Amino acid sequence: MMNAKIPTGPLKDKWTNHKDHVNLVNPANKRNIDIIVVGTGLAGASAAASLGEMGYKVKAFCFQDSPRRAHSIAAQGGINAAKNYQNDGDSVFRLFYDTIKGGDYRSREANVYRLAEVSGDIIDQCVAQGVPFAREYGGLLDNRSFGGVQVSRTFYAKGQTGQQLLLGAYSALSRQIAKGNVAMYNRHEMLELVMIDGKARGIIARDLVTGAIERHSAHAVVLCTGGYGNAFYLSTNAMASNVSAAWKAHRNGALFANPCFTQIHPTCIPVSGEFQSKLTLMSESLRNDGRIWVPKNLEDAKAIREGKLKPKDISEENRDYYLERRYPAFGNLVPRDVASRAAKERCDAGHGVNKTGEAVYLDFAFAFERYGATEAKLRGELNPSKERIIELGREIVADKYGNLFQMYEKITDDNPYYTPMMIYPAVHYTMGGLWVDYNLMTNVQGLYACGEANFSDHGANRLGASALMQGLADGYFVLPYTIGDYLASDIRTGTIKTDQPAFDEAENNVRDRINKLMAAKGTNTVDFYHRKLGKVMWDKCGMARNESGLKEAMNEIREIREEFWRDVKIPGTADSMNPELDKAGRVADFMELGELMCLDALGRNESCGGHFREEYQTHEGEALRDDDNFAYVAAWQYTGDPGKAKLNKENLYFENVELKQRSYK
Amino acid sequence: MNLTLKIWRQKSPDDKGGMVTYPMKDVESHMSFLEMLDVLNNDLITKGEEPVAFDHDCREGICGTCSMVINGRPHGPDSAITTCQLHMRKFNDGDTIHIEPFRAKSFPVLKDLTVDRGAFERIMQAGGFISVNTSGNTIDANTIPIRKDHADMAFDAATCIGCGACVAACKNSSAMLFVSAKVSQLALLPQGHTERTERVLKMVHQMDAEGFGTCSNTGACAAECPKEISLDNIARLNREYLRASFVSGE
Repeated sequence: MMNAKIPTGPLKDKWTNHKDHVNLVNPANKRNIDIIVVGTGLAGASAAASLGEMGYKVKAFCFQDSPRRAHSIAAQGGINAAKNYQNDGDSVFRLFYDTIKGGDYRSREANVYRLAEVSGDIIDQCVAQGVPFAREYGGLLDNRSFGGVQVSRTFYAKGQTGQQLLLGAYSALSRQIAKGNVAMYNRHEMLELVMIDGKARGIIARDLVTGAIERHSAHAVVLCTGGYGNAFYLSTNAMASNVSAAWKAHRNGALFANPCFTQIHPTCIPVSGEFQSKLTLMSESLRNDGRIWVPKNLEDAKAIREGKLKPKDISEENRDYYLERRYPAFGNLVPRDVASRAAKERCDAGHGVNKTGEAVYLDFAFAFERYGATEAKLRGELNPSKERIIELGREIVADKYGNLFQMYEKITDDNPYYTPMMIYPAVHYTMGGLWVDYNLMTNVQGLYACGEANFSDHGANRLGASALMQGLADGYFVLPYTIGDYLASDIRTGTIKTDQPAFDEAENNVRDRINKLMAAKGTNTVDFYHRKLGKVMWDKCGMARNESGLKEAMNEIREIREEFWRDVKIPGTADSMNPELDKAGRVADFMELGELMCLDALGRNESCGGHFREEYQTHEGEALRDDDNFAYVAAWQYTGDPGKAKLNKENLYFENVELKQRSYK
Repeated sequence: MNLTLKIWRQKSPDDKGGMVTYPMKDVESHMSFLEMLDVLNNDLITKGEEPVAFDHDCREGICGTCSMVINGRPHGPDSAITTCQLHMRKFNDGDTIHIEPFRAKSFPVLKDLTVDRGAFERIMQAGGFISVNTSGNTIDANTIPIRKDHADMAFDAATCIGCGACVAACKNSSAMLFVSAKVSQLALLPQGHTERTERVLKMVHQMDAEGFGTCSNTGACAAECPKEISLDNIARLNREYLRASFVSGE
């Protein structure tokens, strides 16, 4: 049984008490302690900046050409915080409760409460850094609503909130780089973790420009390397987002928790063709104003698919606003897992509206009218025509979501101001990740995981606008406190030398693997195998899973993996810039992780959040949880074969919320 | 559609490099430009040749990684987008497409279409921030109201993705639009006022040290900017710089 090291005492006092009693490292000693931070998204950039500012000697690594390009940059909709600026009854407890419930009661109470507790500080911090959040005419901060909640607690910067927050963290990081507190290694990828006497003491990294293999030592290693959605090949993740750093940690003993908890986001631009390289998200914030529907009649849906009818030809009574119908209390703002499954259900039943039959409408016509009418009043226009109202409405909507509408039009060649968007669910986020205790340390001493790379806060389903919150909470406000508790015992250790046998061994592992990849000289490209893997994952470990499918998937993934190592073709050399080699290493790790994801999904004989096992559903098709048997975190231990990983459990205790069937009706 | 691609190939920073021609058959109009290059690379690898190296990551126009000049224009013929958002429907059957890296002395080519934009990093490190510690002991976010129009202008400037198209578009390889976007964002917000003098001087100094050219106000940068960063920002930078020069006595 795993020990999460949750502090004792009442929920609301745990974090404060813990902070008051952890060990500190004095400023003179911090200068002698090295910390490696891998990844520079919201969690990594904020952690590296904070640790550097505190006086530690930080080395930060990213595979991009700049920390500013980490995929946090693409987050659109917003960031939650329990500020209650809108006076709608919000509180730390409500944010905590919504997150626990939204996660379908599979996350850890103490971590989630702490997240809610520090959420307000994040907004204060970002504003102080010059993050230009949206404001109202009075000059105060504006908010909007996101799925799964009944308050407005989401702060935003148009549809570019992730960009603005990351640039804020990046500016803090740049300041520390200039001061010499952080050494930044751009275009570097971590390829191995170095363990000395059971502790994480360094990494082996490859310079992606020269191909040089480098040794870097530290007293602690912090992984902020994001999620593993690209195991599915097509996802909303950036092309190079990968699991490799976390997977190396796993192979060195770190437990991987709840790998099957993946989030399929309901509003993405549908797949258009076989050459598709990635999918694009349309922010959940659009569900504030867009209504989701499909034609009620199968013949109408068929005619639309064949191009004989347009959405405007379908009359109001022949439309099925299925989320409003099924979930009247939350309507279009149900959580992501619920909205995604509902879209799949309608499309599987034959109501899909694009050529592939896998798309539903997201319609803004009502929003144009509603905003337009208000705007006309504000401008003192008496008896405006319907056209005028819609025109004004379009302007207001453009102000809120302009960049998203433009992005949609550029990709699809359809103008969403004039015709409804077409959307379909796509892989977006992974709730699972490296197992961490309350201090964000993995079970490996001195190895930490923050942000999407860990598993702790979102349970089986993440609520919208909570990923940014968690990344910054971990990096700015949690890790900087908790890491000192561990490092306090390292003040006399001195610099970790890189000429030790452990570094030799780790470097040799890296070189052997690269040589093996280059030596295959087979017939198929890396993408060929990645696509194959992705198809298996999507078909059998995607939005709906069942026992036989998962067993088949595990076999198929093994076969793909064996074929890959035998027959992959990588051009060029290992001692120069070689993007295909970089990609091959990442895909090789996805092919091991994929099998573990299936194993985890197979073992969890219940449905919860994003994990939907077809065998376990209510008669209304809702997820059927089994709290008596599965209210635990599945933390998998590497055994040399991902299909035979060993299960460790951390039981989840709910002392402050009542376990209930999650209802949004 | 069938196309002829003429692509800049350069093995390493010291290699001389040159254009190489590749015929492309059966390109579909709904493919993105980078997906078309993926297909080319797949074919090259299968044939045993080295694929074309190009930078890309998010493929949704926000990370600023992709950087190529297509038919003489940074990010290609469409407006207000990055290369990754460009789709093949913007081209016609039989077209010849020239693809080159962003060209500027301060952006050395690493390989093929990949360039080193480290100069932008150093400019940001020189002053592209507000010096506030990340302790969380700041004041409540709503303590200082900010005029909505100022906040909106700051936001518009802050949407710069740091791709470098402005530099590639400019005949002088000037980085003024990039630098001015950050200077403007922070100058427009009360939080940024304390350091405004030092900030603009340090950032401009670093920009010059990196070897970027001077601005001659032709506006090519703003015309090609995928995020439509306005030339007003350059005017604001000039005002800030002039003001700072008087105030600081330099």
